[in-house]
Amino acid sequence: MPGISLLVGTRKGAFILRSDEARQDWTVDGPHCQTWPVNHVIGAPDGTIHAAAGNEWFGPAVWTSTDGGKSWTHSSKGLSAPEGAPPIKSAWSLAAGHGRLWCGVEPAGLFRSDDGGETWEHVEGLQRHSSRESWLPGAGGLILHHIVLHPSDPNQVWVAISTAGVFHTADGGRTWEARNRGVRCDYMPEDQRYPETGQCVHGIAMAPGMPNRIYQQNHCGMYRSDDGGRNWESIEAGLPSTFGFPVAAHPRDPERVYLAPLNGDSKGRYMPDARAAVWCSHDAGSTWRDGREGLPQRDAFFNVLRQALATDPLTPAGVYMGTGGGELYASRDEGETWTCVARHLPTITSVETLVSR
Amino acid sequence: MSDPGEVHVRLPAALVPLFPDAPRLLTLRAGSVAELMSGLEERWPGMRACLCDETPAVRRHINVFVAGRRAKLDTPLAPGADVYILTAVSGG
Repeated sequence: MPGISLLVGTRKGAFILRSDEARQDWTVDGPHCQTWPVNHVIGAPDGTIHAAAGNEWFGPAVWTSTDGGKSWTHSSKGLSAPEGAPPIKSAWSLAAGHGRLWCGVEPAGLFRSDDGGETWEHVEGLQRHSSRESWLPGAGGLILHHIVLHPSDPNQVWVAISTAGVFHTADGGRTWEARNRGVRCDYMPEDQRYPETGQCVHGIAMAPGMPNRIYQQNHCGMYRSDDGGRNWESIEAGLPSTFGFPVAAHPRDPERVYLAPLNGDSKGRYMPDARAAVWCSHDAGSTWRDGREGLPQRDAFFNVLRQALATDPLTPAGVYMGTGGGELYASRDEGETWTCVARHLPTITSVETLVSR
Repeated sequence: MSDPGEVHVRLPAALVPLFPDAPRLLTLRAGSVAELMSGLEERWPGMRACLCDETPAVRRHINVFVAGRRAKLDTPLAPGADVYILTAVSGG
Protein backbone atom coordinates (compact mmCIF):
# COMPACT_ATOMS: atom_id res chain seq x y z
CA MET A 1 0.00 0.00 0.00
CA PRO A 2 1.49 3.35 -0.91
CA GLY A 3 2.61 5.58 1.91
CA ILE A 4 2.81 9.33 1.81
CA SER A 5 5.18 11.66 3.61
CA LEU A 6 4.76 15.38 4.04
CA LEU A 7 8.19 17.00 4.09
CA VAL A 8 7.89 20.11 6.21
CA GLY A 9 10.52 22.83 6.61
CA THR A 10 10.27 25.00 9.73
CA ARG A 11 12.24 27.68 11.48
CA LYS A 12 13.36 25.01 13.95
CA GLY A 13 14.17 21.94 11.92
CA ALA A 14 12.53 19.63 9.39
CA PHE A 15 9.50 17.50 10.22
CA ILE A 16 8.08 14.49 8.40
CA LEU A 17 4.39 13.61 8.65
CA ARG A 18 3.46 10.12 7.50
CA SER A 19 0.22 8.45 6.52
CA ASP A 20 -1.09 5.68 4.30
CA GLU A 21 -3.02 6.23 1.08
CA ALA A 22 -6.19 7.05 3.02
CA ARG A 23 -4.44 10.16 4.39
CA GLN A 24 -6.68 10.14 7.44
CA ASP A 25 -4.27 9.53 10.31
CA TRP A 26 -0.88 11.19 10.43
CA THR A 27 2.18 10.78 12.62
CA VAL A 28 4.60 13.64 13.24
CA ASP A 29 8.32 12.89 13.24
CA GLY A 30 10.90 15.55 14.09
CA PRO A 31 12.52 17.93 14.46
CA HIS A 32 15.31 16.78 12.17
CA CYS A 33 18.47 18.59 11.01
CA GLN A 34 19.57 19.57 14.54
CA THR A 35 16.73 22.12 14.69
CA TRP A 36 18.48 24.30 12.12
CA PRO A 37 16.21 26.78 10.34
CA VAL A 38 15.09 24.77 7.30
CA ASN A 39 13.73 26.62 4.28
CA HIS A 40 12.80 23.74 1.97
CA VAL A 41 12.61 19.94 2.10
CA ILE A 42 12.18 17.82 -1.01
CA GLY A 43 12.01 14.18 -1.98
CA ALA A 44 14.21 13.33 -4.96
CA PRO A 45 12.93 10.86 -7.59
CA ASP A 46 14.94 8.08 -5.90
CA GLY A 47 13.32 8.77 -2.51
CA THR A 48 16.30 10.59 -1.00
CA ILE A 49 15.23 13.51 1.19
CA HIS A 50 17.14 16.79 1.01
CA ALA A 51 16.69 19.83 3.27
CA ALA A 52 17.97 23.33 2.45
CA ALA A 53 18.97 25.13 5.60
CA GLY A 54 20.95 27.97 7.05
CA ASN A 55 22.12 28.52 10.56
CA GLU A 56 23.05 31.92 12.02
CA TRP A 57 26.16 30.37 13.52
CA PHE A 58 27.40 27.94 10.90
CA GLY A 59 26.02 29.23 7.57
CA PRO A 60 24.35 27.27 4.77
CA ALA A 61 24.06 23.52 4.38
CA VAL A 62 22.01 20.95 2.55
CA TRP A 63 21.03 18.01 4.75
CA THR A 64 20.44 14.60 3.17
CA SER A 65 18.72 11.42 4.35
CA THR A 66 18.75 8.21 2.32
CA ASP A 67 16.73 6.21 4.86
CA GLY A 68 13.50 8.14 4.99
CA GLY A 69 14.63 10.57 7.67
CA LYS A 70 16.12 8.14 10.21
CA SER A 71 19.65 9.48 9.76
CA TRP A 72 21.02 12.63 8.15
CA THR A 73 24.27 13.96 6.77
CA HIS A 74 24.97 17.54 5.82
CA SER A 75 27.26 19.30 3.38
CA SER A 76 28.21 22.81 2.45
CA LYS A 77 31.21 21.76 0.36
CA GLY A 78 31.33 24.17 -2.55
CA LEU A 79 28.24 26.00 -1.29
CA SER A 80 30.18 29.24 -0.99
CA ALA A 81 30.62 32.50 -2.81
CA PRO A 82 33.95 33.45 -4.39
CA GLU A 83 36.42 34.78 -1.79
CA GLY A 84 35.61 38.39 -0.96
CA ALA A 85 31.99 38.20 -2.18
CA PRO A 86 29.14 38.58 0.33
CA PRO A 87 28.97 35.30 2.30
CA ILE A 88 26.16 32.85 1.60
CA LYS A 89 23.80 32.98 4.55
CA SER A 90 21.41 30.18 3.88
CA ALA A 91 20.24 27.52 1.45
CA TRP A 92 16.70 28.35 0.39
CA SER A 93 15.31 26.10 -2.30
CA LEU A 94 15.92 22.73 -3.91
CA ALA A 95 14.95 20.84 -7.04
CA ALA A 96 15.96 17.35 -8.15
CA GLY A 97 15.68 15.86 -11.61
CA HIS A 98 17.63 14.41 -14.53
CA GLY A 99 20.19 13.05 -12.03
CA ARG A 100 21.08 16.49 -10.73
CA LEU A 101 20.28 18.46 -7.58
CA TRP A 102 19.87 22.25 -7.67
CA CYS A 103 20.02 24.61 -4.71
CA GLY A 104 19.07 28.29 -4.49
CA VAL A 105 20.68 30.42 -1.81
CA GLU A 106 20.71 33.81 -0.09
CA PRO A 107 22.09 36.17 -1.34
CA ALA A 108 20.50 35.11 -4.60
CA GLY A 109 22.56 32.46 -6.31
CA LEU A 110 22.27 28.97 -7.72
CA PHE A 111 24.34 25.84 -7.16
CA ARG A 112 24.16 22.34 -8.61
CA SER A 113 25.31 18.96 -7.40
CA ASP A 114 25.91 15.86 -9.50
CA ASP A 115 26.73 13.63 -6.52
CA GLY A 116 23.49 13.80 -4.56
CA GLY A 117 24.38 16.86 -2.51
CA GLU A 118 27.85 15.87 -1.28
CA THR A 119 29.59 18.63 -3.24
CA TRP A 120 28.26 21.74 -4.94
CA GLU A 121 29.25 23.79 -7.97
CA HIS A 122 28.33 27.46 -8.37
CA VAL A 123 26.20 28.29 -11.42
CA GLU A 124 28.17 31.42 -12.25
CA GLY A 125 26.18 32.28 -15.35
CA LEU A 126 23.28 33.61 -13.29
CA GLN A 127 25.57 36.14 -11.59
CA ARG A 128 26.64 37.39 -15.03
CA HIS A 129 23.11 38.49 -15.98
CA SER A 130 23.21 42.15 -16.95
CA SER A 131 20.64 43.05 -14.28
CA ARG A 132 22.62 41.51 -11.38
CA GLU A 133 23.74 44.84 -9.89
CA SER A 134 20.14 46.00 -9.61
CA TRP A 135 18.78 43.03 -7.64
CA LEU A 136 17.47 44.19 -4.26
CA PRO A 137 16.49 42.23 -1.17
CA GLY A 138 12.83 42.04 -0.20
CA ALA A 139 11.62 41.65 3.38
CA GLY A 140 12.79 38.04 3.34
CA GLY A 141 16.23 38.94 1.97
CA LEU A 142 17.70 38.63 -1.54
CA ILE A 143 16.71 35.02 -2.00
CA LEU A 144 16.47 32.51 -4.82
CA HIS A 145 13.38 30.72 -3.55
CA HIS A 146 12.01 28.64 -6.42
CA ILE A 147 13.66 26.35 -8.96
CA VAL A 148 11.50 24.73 -11.64
CA LEU A 149 12.95 22.05 -13.90
CA HIS A 150 11.76 21.18 -17.38
CA PRO A 151 10.33 17.65 -17.27
CA SER A 152 12.20 16.37 -20.34
CA ASP A 153 14.94 18.89 -21.18
CA PRO A 154 17.67 18.90 -18.50
CA ASN A 155 19.11 22.15 -19.83
CA GLN A 156 15.99 24.22 -19.16
CA VAL A 157 15.56 25.69 -15.67
CA TRP A 158 13.45 28.53 -14.32
CA VAL A 159 14.35 30.32 -11.09
CA ALA A 160 12.48 32.93 -9.06
CA ILE A 161 14.33 35.61 -7.13
CA SER A 162 13.02 38.19 -4.66
CA THR A 163 13.38 40.89 -5.69
CA ALA A 164 14.62 40.39 -9.23
CA GLY A 165 11.98 38.28 -10.98
CA VAL A 166 11.91 35.09 -13.02
CA PHE A 167 14.91 33.96 -15.08
CA HIS A 168 15.25 31.06 -17.51
CA THR A 169 18.20 29.15 -18.89
CA ALA A 170 18.08 26.92 -21.95
CA ASP A 171 21.73 25.86 -21.76
CA GLY A 172 22.04 24.29 -18.34
CA GLY A 173 22.81 27.54 -16.53
CA ARG A 174 25.49 29.11 -18.73
CA THR A 175 23.27 31.98 -19.86
CA TRP A 176 20.01 33.33 -18.46
CA GLU A 177 17.13 35.40 -19.81
CA ALA A 178 14.80 37.55 -17.70
CA ARG A 179 11.17 36.47 -18.12
CA ASN A 180 8.98 39.09 -16.50
CA ARG A 181 7.09 40.76 -19.35
CA GLY A 182 3.61 41.70 -18.21
CA VAL A 183 4.33 41.41 -14.49
CA ARG A 184 3.53 44.57 -12.54
CA CYS A 185 5.62 46.37 -9.92
CA ASP A 186 3.12 48.45 -7.91
CA TYR A 187 5.97 49.75 -5.75
CA MET A 188 7.66 51.54 -8.68
CA PRO A 189 6.84 55.00 -10.10
CA GLU A 190 3.83 54.89 -12.43
CA ASP A 191 5.82 55.04 -15.66
CA GLN A 192 8.20 52.25 -14.54
CA ARG A 193 5.74 49.60 -13.43
CA TYR A 194 6.67 46.99 -16.06
CA PRO A 195 10.49 46.79 -15.98
CA GLU A 196 12.52 43.96 -17.50
CA THR A 197 13.62 42.83 -14.03
CA GLY A 198 13.00 43.81 -10.42
CA GLN A 199 9.65 42.07 -10.01
CA CYS A 200 8.84 40.68 -6.59
CA VAL A 201 7.93 37.12 -7.53
CA HIS A 202 6.78 35.04 -4.56
CA GLY A 203 6.10 31.65 -6.12
CA ILE A 204 6.10 29.82 -9.46
CA ALA A 205 4.65 26.43 -10.38
CA MET A 206 4.64 24.53 -13.67
CA ALA A 207 1.40 22.99 -14.93
CA PRO A 208 1.57 19.20 -15.31
CA GLY A 209 2.13 18.04 -18.87
CA MET A 210 2.45 21.62 -20.12
CA PRO A 211 6.02 22.80 -19.56
CA ASN A 212 5.29 26.14 -21.17
CA ARG A 213 2.50 26.92 -18.71
CA ILE A 214 3.75 28.50 -15.51
CA TYR A 215 1.66 30.05 -12.77
CA GLN A 216 3.10 32.89 -10.69
CA GLN A 217 1.99 34.39 -7.40
CA ASN A 218 3.63 37.79 -7.19
CA HIS A 219 3.75 40.46 -4.52
CA CYS A 220 1.65 42.43 -7.01
CA GLY A 221 -0.88 40.07 -8.53
CA MET A 222 -1.40 36.57 -9.85
CA TYR A 223 -0.22 35.59 -13.32
CA ARG A 224 -0.13 32.80 -15.89
CA SER A 225 2.28 32.33 -18.78
CA ASP A 226 1.64 29.92 -21.63
CA ASP A 227 4.98 30.52 -23.33
CA GLY A 228 7.50 29.50 -20.70
CA GLY A 229 7.44 32.85 -18.93
CA ARG A 230 8.17 35.11 -21.91
CA ASN A 231 4.80 36.81 -21.46
CA TRP A 232 2.57 36.86 -18.41
CA GLU A 233 -1.16 37.53 -18.21
CA SER A 234 -2.90 38.73 -15.06
CA ILE A 235 -5.35 36.18 -13.66
CA GLU A 236 -6.08 37.97 -10.41
CA ALA A 237 -9.72 38.92 -11.15
CA GLY A 238 -11.99 37.11 -8.72
CA LEU A 239 -9.38 36.71 -5.99
CA PRO A 240 -9.83 38.40 -2.60
CA SER A 241 -6.41 40.03 -2.83
CA THR A 242 -3.55 40.56 -5.26
CA PHE A 243 -1.10 39.57 -2.52
CA GLY A 244 0.00 36.13 -1.42
CA PHE A 245 3.06 33.95 -1.29
CA PRO A 246 2.65 30.35 -2.52
CA VAL A 247 1.19 28.73 -5.62
CA ALA A 248 0.75 25.00 -6.22
CA ALA A 249 -0.19 23.16 -9.39
CA HIS A 250 -2.55 20.21 -9.54
CA PRO A 251 -0.64 16.95 -10.19
CA ARG A 252 -2.58 16.07 -13.38
CA ASP A 253 -4.85 18.91 -14.50
CA PRO A 254 -2.96 21.85 -16.05
CA GLU A 255 -6.05 24.05 -15.72
CA ARG A 256 -6.16 23.70 -11.96
CA VAL A 257 -4.04 25.80 -9.59
CA TYR A 258 -4.12 26.53 -5.86
CA LEU A 259 -3.31 29.73 -3.93
CA ALA A 260 -3.40 31.00 -0.37
CA PRO A 261 -4.00 34.77 -0.80
CA LEU A 262 -3.31 37.08 2.15
CA ASN A 263 -5.14 40.31 2.86
CA GLY A 264 -2.50 42.64 1.42
CA ASP A 265 1.12 43.67 1.72
CA SER A 266 0.46 46.60 4.06
CA LYS A 267 -2.52 45.23 6.01
CA GLY A 268 -0.82 42.61 8.18
CA ARG A 269 -0.37 39.84 5.63
CA TYR A 270 -2.83 37.39 7.14
CA MET A 271 -5.89 35.55 5.84
CA PRO A 272 -8.45 37.96 4.30
CA ASP A 273 -10.98 38.99 6.99
CA ALA A 274 -9.08 36.58 9.30
CA ARG A 275 -11.02 33.70 7.67
CA ALA A 276 -8.79 31.01 6.19
CA ALA A 277 -9.24 29.70 2.66
CA VAL A 278 -7.30 28.04 -0.12
CA TRP A 279 -8.40 29.37 -3.49
CA CYS A 280 -8.55 27.20 -6.57
CA SER A 281 -9.13 27.79 -10.26
CA HIS A 282 -10.37 24.98 -12.50
CA ASP A 283 -9.95 27.02 -15.69
CA ALA A 284 -6.35 28.26 -15.60
CA GLY A 285 -7.21 31.39 -13.69
CA SER A 286 -10.37 32.64 -15.47
CA THR A 287 -12.48 32.04 -12.38
CA TRP A 288 -11.67 31.29 -8.74
CA ARG A 289 -13.43 29.67 -5.85
CA ASP A 290 -12.55 29.29 -2.19
CA GLY A 291 -12.23 26.05 -0.27
CA ARG A 292 -12.70 26.78 3.42
CA GLU A 293 -14.65 23.92 5.01
CA GLY A 294 -12.61 22.74 7.96
CA LEU A 295 -10.33 25.80 7.96
CA PRO A 296 -10.70 28.37 10.77
CA GLN A 297 -13.33 30.97 9.88
CA ARG A 298 -12.52 33.46 12.60
CA ASP A 299 -9.35 34.87 14.17
CA ALA A 300 -7.08 33.35 11.49
CA PHE A 301 -4.24 35.85 11.70
CA PHE A 302 -1.63 33.57 10.15
CA ASN A 303 0.27 33.75 6.91
CA VAL A 304 1.35 31.04 4.48
CA LEU A 305 4.89 31.43 3.20
CA ARG A 306 6.35 31.03 -0.30
CA GLN A 307 6.94 27.29 -0.35
CA ALA A 308 4.26 26.20 2.13
CA LEU A 309 1.50 24.98 -0.23
CA ALA A 310 1.73 21.61 -1.98
CA THR A 311 -0.24 18.90 -3.74
CA ASP A 312 0.27 15.15 -3.78
CA PRO A 313 -0.04 12.87 -6.85
CA LEU A 314 -2.67 10.52 -5.39
CA THR A 315 -6.30 10.29 -6.59
CA PRO A 316 -8.08 12.42 -5.62
CA ALA A 317 -5.17 14.80 -5.18
CA GLY A 318 -4.23 15.93 -1.68
CA VAL A 319 -3.54 19.58 -0.97
CA TYR A 320 -1.47 20.74 2.01
CA MET A 321 -0.97 24.16 3.60
CA GLY A 322 1.53 25.03 6.33
CA THR A 323 1.05 28.24 8.28
CA GLY A 324 3.30 30.77 9.93
CA GLY A 325 1.60 29.75 13.17
CA GLY A 326 2.80 26.17 12.87
CA GLU A 327 -0.42 24.45 11.80
CA LEU A 328 -0.49 22.03 8.92
CA TYR A 329 -3.83 21.67 7.12
CA ALA A 330 -4.56 18.80 4.75
CA SER A 331 -7.25 18.19 2.17
CA ARG A 332 -7.69 14.74 0.63
CA ASP A 333 -10.44 15.85 -1.76
CA GLU A 334 -8.59 18.31 -3.99
CA GLY A 335 -9.03 21.30 -1.70
CA GLU A 336 -12.76 21.09 -0.95
CA THR A 337 -12.55 20.17 2.75
CA TRP A 338 -9.71 20.45 5.20
CA THR A 339 -8.46 19.03 8.50
CA CYS A 340 -5.65 20.19 10.76
CA VAL A 341 -3.09 17.37 10.89
CA ALA A 342 -0.44 19.10 13.04
CA ARG A 343 -0.48 22.13 15.26
CA HIS A 344 2.07 23.92 17.46
CA LEU A 345 4.93 23.26 15.05
CA PRO A 346 7.45 26.08 14.60
CA THR A 347 6.75 28.56 11.80
CA ILE A 348 6.34 26.47 8.65
CA THR A 349 8.48 27.60 5.73
CA SER A 350 7.76 24.83 3.23
CA VAL A 351 5.69 21.75 2.48
CA GLU A 352 6.37 19.09 -0.16
CA THR A 353 5.00 15.58 -0.65
CA LEU A 354 6.76 12.26 -1.22
CA VAL A 355 4.83 9.11 -2.15
CA SER A 356 6.40 5.69 -1.71
CA ARG A 357 4.85 2.84 -3.69
CA MET B 1 60.47 29.81 11.37
CA SER B 2 60.00 27.08 13.96
CA ASP B 3 57.10 24.65 13.84
CA PRO B 4 53.97 25.93 15.58
CA GLY B 5 53.33 24.64 19.06
CA GLU B 6 50.39 22.68 20.35
CA VAL B 7 47.26 24.62 21.30
CA HIS B 8 44.19 23.46 23.17
CA VAL B 9 40.84 24.02 21.48
CA ARG B 10 37.29 23.87 22.82
CA LEU B 11 34.65 23.45 20.11
CA PRO B 12 31.05 24.75 20.39
CA ALA B 13 28.51 22.26 21.72
CA ALA B 14 26.20 22.90 18.76
CA LEU B 15 28.99 22.18 16.27
CA VAL B 16 30.11 18.80 17.57
CA PRO B 17 26.95 16.82 16.60
CA LEU B 18 27.49 17.90 12.99
CA PHE B 19 30.78 15.99 12.91
CA PRO B 20 30.06 12.70 14.66
CA ASP B 21 33.63 11.81 15.70
CA ALA B 22 34.67 15.32 16.75
CA PRO B 23 35.41 15.85 20.49
CA ARG B 24 34.59 18.98 22.47
CA LEU B 25 38.24 19.35 23.49
CA LEU B 26 41.25 18.68 21.34
CA THR B 27 44.87 19.56 20.89
CA LEU B 28 46.55 20.37 17.60
CA ARG B 29 49.49 22.35 16.24
CA ALA B 30 48.71 25.87 14.97
CA GLY B 31 50.54 29.20 14.96
CA SER B 32 47.46 31.32 14.21
CA VAL B 33 43.68 31.07 14.25
CA ALA B 34 43.75 30.61 10.45
CA GLU B 35 46.12 27.65 10.84
CA LEU B 36 43.89 26.27 13.56
CA MET B 37 40.92 26.41 11.16
CA SER B 38 42.98 24.60 8.51
CA GLY B 39 43.85 21.93 11.08
CA LEU B 40 40.19 21.45 11.94
CA GLU B 41 39.27 21.29 8.24
CA GLU B 42 41.93 18.64 7.66
CA ARG B 43 40.49 16.42 10.40
CA TRP B 44 36.82 17.13 9.75
CA PRO B 45 36.18 18.29 6.17
CA GLY B 46 33.51 20.99 6.15
CA MET B 47 34.22 22.28 9.65
CA ARG B 48 36.05 25.40 8.47
CA ALA B 49 33.03 26.45 6.39
CA CYS B 50 30.89 26.22 9.54
CA LEU B 51 33.22 28.56 11.43
CA CYS B 52 34.54 30.90 8.72
CA ASP B 53 32.89 32.63 5.77
CA GLU B 54 34.09 33.61 2.31
CA THR B 55 35.38 37.06 3.37
CA PRO B 56 37.47 35.16 4.65
CA ALA B 57 36.72 35.82 8.32
CA VAL B 58 35.41 34.11 11.40
CA ARG B 59 31.62 33.92 10.93
CA ARG B 60 29.63 36.82 12.33
CA HIS B 61 27.95 34.78 15.05
CA ILE B 62 30.97 32.70 16.00
CA ASN B 63 33.38 34.00 18.62
CA VAL B 64 36.98 32.83 18.96
CA PHE B 65 38.62 33.77 22.25
CA VAL B 66 42.37 33.56 22.80
CA ALA B 67 43.80 34.62 26.18
CA GLY B 68 40.49 36.21 27.06
CA ARG B 69 40.23 38.37 23.94
CA ARG B 70 38.17 38.00 20.75
CA ALA B 71 40.48 36.82 18.01
CA LYS B 72 40.51 37.09 14.21
CA LEU B 73 41.94 34.71 11.64
CA ASP B 74 45.33 36.45 11.74
CA THR B 75 45.59 36.37 15.54
CA PRO B 76 48.81 34.50 16.45
CA LEU B 77 48.66 31.53 18.83
CA ALA B 78 51.45 30.96 21.33
CA PRO B 79 52.41 27.37 22.18
CA GLY B 80 50.09 26.06 24.86
CA ALA B 81 47.37 28.64 24.14
CA ASP B 82 43.79 27.88 25.13
CA VAL B 83 41.37 28.68 22.30
CA TYR B 84 37.64 28.86 22.95
CA ILE B 85 35.35 28.70 19.91
CA LEU B 86 31.86 29.73 20.98
CA THR B 87 28.50 30.31 19.39
CA ALA B 88 27.25 33.85 19.95
CA VAL B 89 23.97 34.61 21.66
CA SER B 90 21.75 34.74 18.59
CA GLY B 91 18.61 33.04 17.47
CA GLY B 92 14.96 33.04 18.38
